[in-house]
Amino acid sequence: MNVLKRIIAAVRGGALGVADLLSDTDGINALEHQLIEVQGNLSKVKQDLTDVMGKQMHSSRESTTLKMTIKQRELEAGAALDRADEAQALIIAQKIAELDVELEEQEQIHTLFSGHVARLRSLVNKTERQIKDYQRQLSMVRTTESIQKASTAIAQNYAASNHKILSARDSLEQIQKRQRRTLDLLEAAEELEEATGEKTLDERLEQAGIVESKINANTVLNRIKSDRS
Amino acid sequence: MNTNDLALRITDMASYNGYQLECQPIPGVTDVLQITVQDYEELPAFVSVTDSQILCITNLFMEAEVNPDTRSQLIEEMLELNIPMPLSAFSKLGDRFVIFGSMSIHSNIEDICHEIVTLTENAVEAIDALKEYLIPDAVREEGQG
Repeated sequence: MNVLKRIIAAVRGGALGVADLLSDTDGINALEHQLIEVQGNLSKVKQDLTDVMGKQMHSSRESTTLKMTIKQRELEAGAALDRADEAQALIIAQKIAELDVELEEQEQIHTLFSGHVARLRSLVNKTERQIKDYQRQLSMVRTTESIQKASTAIAQNYAASNHKILSARDSLEQIQKRQRRTLDLLEAAEELEEATGEKTLDERLEQAGIVESKINANTVLNRIKSDRS
Repeated sequence: MNTNDLALRITDMASYNGYQLECQPIPGVTDVLQITVQDYEELPAFVSVTDSQILCITNLFMEAEVNPDTRSQLIEEMLELNIPMPLSAFSKLGDRFVIFGSMSIHSNIEDICHEIVTLTENAVEAIDALKEYLIPDAVREEGQG
């Protein structure tokens, strides 16, 4: 099921089409069930994989042990031959032959398990991709549902508001007017501060000669002169 | 996170980067939050939460407000503006042109507030940039979805 195609068809059908898509619980439920089923499959496949990997490791360990034993026995057979103990060497060789058969069996088992592991791994990958795909499809349907709700909310909001419904241009005008007013207020506040702030008060007092503008050299000189007298 | 959690968290934050955000309930609708940014009350953002994402939608204008003679130019311009516009994209819901942003469900509250503020500012700029395509004296029709 191509969900996007269904959504497009629903959108073309207008609000009713979208409602149909969302009320198509069979479709959505089927998708949800498939998802749950595939998730269940995945956990089973992963369990199988773990099991087979355990067996694969076990057969690999067995092979290594057998190989080491065979090597050891070969050394022992060599030593028996060195001692010219043909009979003992033959007994050991017999053992080695049995071990060789066992090793061959173990290696066949190992190859078999390796094949299983590879198949199960690819099945895990495939199942995970399938899950992602179902999740993506469900997410699209859920988002369409959410958009539908938001759309209803927007309509409800405008229907419920008592004030005059504004056009985009009017909304913009209101907002820009408010922004200008805020800027004007800031400017006015700055001007007011400039007009009534301490700095200006001092400047005005200075201008009016009420406070002396700065301590100048003459003032200092006069003070020194009066101190000396 | 659901819409109730989101409403509580936004209400808990007194302001975000100097912007006052306010959540208002919408009568009859529980899954969608109406969030307004102070000084932009005319353009509220509608926020809904799904299992994978948070959707924020702001209404731009109605189909009826669009000048039919330059409609295709308007749509082309909106498509071209989609990428340069930060965090938001244009879309259409029924007969409403909207601007929206979608975010991961795992976004933190600051990111969500940032998205809402950006969306609102983008909405104002978009209407300002596209107003030449709108009919001057059109009035939104009440309650259309």
